[in-house]
Amino acid sequence: MTVRTLIVVPPAIRRGDVFNVRATIGHPMETGHRSDGAGGVVPRDILRRFECRLDGNTVFRATLYPAIAANPIMAFTLRAERSGNLTFTWEGDRGFRHSETVALNVGA
Amino acid sequence: MRVPGLLLAALLALGASGDARKSGIDFMSPSLQAMQRDDAQNPGQLWVREGQALMARVAANGQRCIDCHAGAALDGVAARYPRLDGRRAITLAGRIDQCRERRLGLAPQGSDGDEVLALSAWLAQRSRGTPIAPDPRLADLRQRGAQLWRQRFGQLNLACTQCHDERAGQRLGGAPIPQAHATGYPIYRLEWQTLGSLERRLRGCLTGVRAEPFAPGAEEWLALEAYLMGRAAGLAHEGVAVRP
Repeated sequence: MTVRTLIVVPPAIRRGDVFNVRATIGHPMETGHRSDGAGGVVPRDILRRFECRLDGNTVFRATLYPAIAANPIMAFTLRAERSGNLTFTWEGDRGFRHSETVALNVGA
Repeated sequence: MRVPGLLLAALLALGASGDARKSGIDFMSPSLQAMQRDDAQNPGQLWVREGQALMARVAANGQRCIDCHAGAALDGVAARYPRLDGRRAITLAGRIDQCRERRLGLAPQGSDGDEVLALSAWLAQRSRGTPIAPDPRLADLRQRGAQLWRQRFGQLNLACTQCHDERAGQRLGGAPIPQAHATGYPIYRLEWQTLGSLERRLRGCLTGVRAEPFAPGAEEWLALEAYLMGRAAGLAHEGVAVRP
């Protein structure tokens, strides 16, 4: 199944303003502690790292753990001096890796 | 004490100002309400986006949903199901499955299939704010649903009406008991950590009273859905709702 993401960045930002960024991703965040109903354990499948880069420079980074619920939402604030590209990257178990890029428009 | 049907009818007739009916959203905390109303926070929007993409996808037989359903033709439809389709009643999920099977040549998935949920969510989003308008031709089915609503089930020997009519607004453990108006399906339920259909929600209540749920796609689910939509007539559809 395709990876679903939802990224919300203000359409226009004034230079130096603090603004909110929200990034949600569809992911089961399987803890690795649940029974599979047949005596076994459902293997762990979680996201481990989240990173947001502005033109290659890391501006926000998080480590995720099994207690975080499915479809995690990352909400944080940023301040930008110039326009650029915001790249969101999620990495996780079973070689999971997904990236999305959103343009950031900073006015005068 | 039994609430006389006349009193209930009188309450319903009072109109919006004196309407004693409250949607499930009114029983939630302010932060959860904000989560539902803000599209940037509502996780159901993940499915809405996918549904939008599915509408334009070209199936193996070369057909797309938007070839038939263009423009605003589908706005508000989620508030009008279940409907009569030929001689049988059909839910919105059933309709989606039927269309996928007949027009796109895809295998049916049932109301909790990935693609059916995504398309249901997209349709629910386009029905946000539309008053729920049940199909008047389904009176018999609604009556059957009303009967099931009042029937005691399971080892706990409870009927839907005992909690959701007689004790609505009180608490079951720590959780408020809502009036059970189906105004925002499919819902993103935090307990499930995913999107789910009304059938799944009803199944949860049946296993909760330790009854054996009806078979998937059984007539009973359809009757209960028809009854619940009739009971919620006139309330606004909430789009993809969030529930605890």
